[in-house]
Amino acid sequence: MTHLSAPAPRNFFTQEGTKTSVLRLFRNRFLTGLCITLALFTLIPLFSIILLVLKNGLPLFSLSLFTQLPPPPGLEEGGFGNAIIGTALMVGIALTLSVPLGVLAAIYITEYAPTSRFAAAVRFVAKLLTGIPSIICGVFAFAVVVMTTRHFSALAGGVALAILTIPTILLTAEQALLGVPNAYREASFGLGATHFQTIFRIVLPDALPAIMTGVMLAVARAAGETAPVLFTALFSQNWIHSLMEPTASLSALIYNFASLPYAYQVKMAWSASLILVTLVTITNIAGQLLFTPKHR
Amino acid sequence: MTTAENTASIIAPAGQRLELTDDFAPGEANFIEVKDFRFFYGKKQALHGINLTIPSRKVTAFIGPSGCGKSTLLRNFNRMNELIPGVRHEGDITIHGTSIYDPSVEIIALRRRIGMVFQKSNPFPMSIYENIVYPLRIAGQKSRHVLDETVERALRSAALWDEVKDRLHDSALGLSGGQMQRLCIARAVASRPEILLMDEPCSALDPIATAKVEELITELKKDFTIIIVTHNMQQASRVSELTAFFYLGNLVEFDDTQKIFTNPSNQQTEDYITGRFG
Amino acid sequence: MDGKSITAGSSGALREYRPRPDFFRAGCWIAAGVTVALLGFILGEIVVKAWPAIWKFGFGFLTGIQWSPNRDLYGVLPVLIGTAASSLIALLFALPLGLAIAIFLSENFLPHPIRQTIRFVVELLASIPSVVYGLWGIFLVVPLVQEYGAILAAKLGFLPVFAGPAYGNSLLTASLVLALMVLPTITAISRNALIAVPPTLREASYALGATRWETILGVILPTAAPGIVASTILGLGRAMGETMAIAMLIGNSQRLTWSLLSPSNTLSALLANQFAEAEGIQVSALMYAALLLVLMTLLVNIAGEAVLRRAQRTVVGLK
Repeated sequence: MTHLSAPAPRNFFTQEGTKTSVLRLFRNRFLTGLCITLALFTLIPLFSIILLVLKNGLPLFSLSLFTQLPPPPGLEEGGFGNAIIGTALMVGIALTLSVPLGVLAAIYITEYAPTSRFAAAVRFVAKLLTGIPSIICGVFAFAVVVMTTRHFSALAGGVALAILTIPTILLTAEQALLGVPNAYREASFGLGATHFQTIFRIVLPDALPAIMTGVMLAVARAAGETAPVLFTALFSQNWIHSLMEPTASLSALIYNFASLPYAYQVKMAWSASLILVTLVTITNIAGQLLFTPKHR
Repeated sequence: MTTAENTASIIAPAGQRLELTDDFAPGEANFIEVKDFRFFYGKKQALHGINLTIPSRKVTAFIGPSGCGKSTLLRNFNRMNELIPGVRHEGDITIHGTSIYDPSVEIIALRRRIGMVFQKSNPFPMSIYENIVYPLRIAGQKSRHVLDETVERALRSAALWDEVKDRLHDSALGLSGGQMQRLCIARAVASRPEILLMDEPCSALDPIATAKVEELITELKKDFTIIIVTHNMQQASRVSELTAFFYLGNLVEFDDTQKIFTNPSNQQTEDYITGRFG
Repeated sequence: MDGKSITAGSSGALREYRPRPDFFRAGCWIAAGVTVALLGFILGEIVVKAWPAIWKFGFGFLTGIQWSPNRDLYGVLPVLIGTAASSLIALLFALPLGLAIAIFLSENFLPHPIRQTIRFVVELLASIPSVVYGLWGIFLVVPLVQEYGAILAAKLGFLPVFAGPAYGNSLLTASLVLALMVLPTITAISRNALIAVPPTLREASYALGATRWETILGVILPTAAPGIVASTILGLGRAMGETMAIAMLIGNSQRLTWSLLSPSNTLSALLANQFAEAEGIQVSALMYAALLLVLMTLLVNIAGEAVLRRAQRTVVGLK
């Protein structure tokens, strides 16, 4: 280029080949739009589920739903009080087994021997256990409880749910304990506290809210599970008399009633779904709100 | 402030172990002895052959640039370093003639008789009251009367009583930085340990709070043996009677504070004092 | 040494410390041990109960295409194919969708509150019980698939994959709902992988004049690829183990078929349907099937975790 003649004024920011840049910008916009559309697309199924659950499940809501037994096919009244009790019972059995086991094990791998190979093994196995299909929990409980006691029972259902919840409780408890600032432990040890005293007086109380959140989420999940209770607790149309007999549950009720040709039973399935979805939504929200890091 | 009860002079005949009472030992030259002490974090050697004799009822300062091992040595006195996996030591540290590594010594008991204040104050997320009585509770003390008394005594020792006496049951986390550190000091002296270890206690505090804590140290040394790690040389010269200068894991010089800061025997010490490095 | 502690001495204020064995620690150790043993216990129990069938059928179990308890014929090949097919089709839908959402959540196309809402929505999707998906599927998806499936069968029925007649309860229905259930897994893990890409890489790309999407497609996705692959593998594991919704939607047919529009079956649905009334050798055969399911999901999950760990290590190396 010659220096002497003034070059054509050129804006520093224009690019050679404006056509290419238009194409690039367009592609950029298009992909962004596509991405946003797809993301918002996920809202549709969720809204659909919630809408249908509300629309079909709400009409049946009354006190009798909670206090009466399921009707024989053809009849248009009744409730699933026994199913609610059954679910609560089995989740309760599950928690009495899994919470102590999970929390104590978590304490061992975070407080007593965090760097040991044993602790690494526990973490690894816990992760694997979370991946076990829920139906296998049912199969295991079937093999261990149902086949030996020759009964379908709430106990078997509870055991299956326990297997399901142990790994999640262990892992969330571990996270909760890790969230306790090390400064507290140091201060406690410096003052001459034993390991046990430090855990019991300082670490556990501080981690408790987070542990409770984890337990809550585990409860919500366990209440909604069907596969573990399907052939361990089976189902029942009656109130519960003992732990060693077939027991109703909300989830089994939904499964059994969903494909019946009776409109009332189907509506009951929707109502039961409403209860479960509400439970799950509330615990999710509560979990988000409560599990905020509270340390400076 | 409590005054030490007068016991007969405690001089241990050779070979006999001293029995410490709850009362404070009067001035003793060989209270804490460090004998050819070496310390390792895994493969890395942090302390090389330290020999030191610390007398009781005095303030001894450990100074030196970052990483010189002064905090490491401090934390060995109450065996806090053993909370870190993979550490190892050679040589010995004795208190009153007995090795702290003696198998008959319980670490827990040792730590209950030595108080520690950390660089960043670490009060528990409890009330002020509960923070102070924690060391008593873990030792099994349940009497409400004794606990109340201890809280007042400890807070007075830490010059905090007047500021918090009306809100003892408020959360300790609501205090200011300087107050929290004084609370930690109160907590550390609540069970009347003989030795007080302070690991850069003022480094996170503002000048006013620092001045208060330094005042405190000068008062506390009447009843406690204090070892303070500090990177602030002016602070060392203000509060301590003896100073030990460390460099790269070695004890370079140990002498009266005045001597160290005005006429050090070692060239390295002089370089550090005058700010040529560190 | 006379055995007294260096700090012996007692007064009203402090009692002497007497060391006691830490029973609590022992209890915690036992709990940890039980947890580890649990995995072995589960596998062992299933193997033991499955042994009669393993002994009797051997590998023929895996290649047999007939499942008739009445005639003592047990073969799971159609069911294995159904499991694989439903999982893979579900992933086919879930991966692009999940990835798009993950990208959306990791970029700032829209303001933070909207992204938080979407994240919450995805988490909610993850927590809805499988039966509820099944129920919803029965009343919403089945009719839809039946209707559009019939059209598909009419127009493209010459392809074995779309061969009619079109059923509402079919492989396609189950796969679609399964895709919805697997979506949160893929989204969550992919999002983590995308966020983990160091911002310096992004800056470098922009500094060179690339547009947002050129950066995403050219730099960020390739860097996050191992994590995204991990999310797919773990999503696969989740899909294979899913039971209830599939059992309610897939039609539960043991016939071997290639059509998406025909009923089918999966391992987990088979177990769900037959366990309650099984007797004798059938129980053992079902246990055998359960064993296959556990081993398959365990293997996939181990592989997924391994890839995830490698992915996380690679990113750390980039910093």
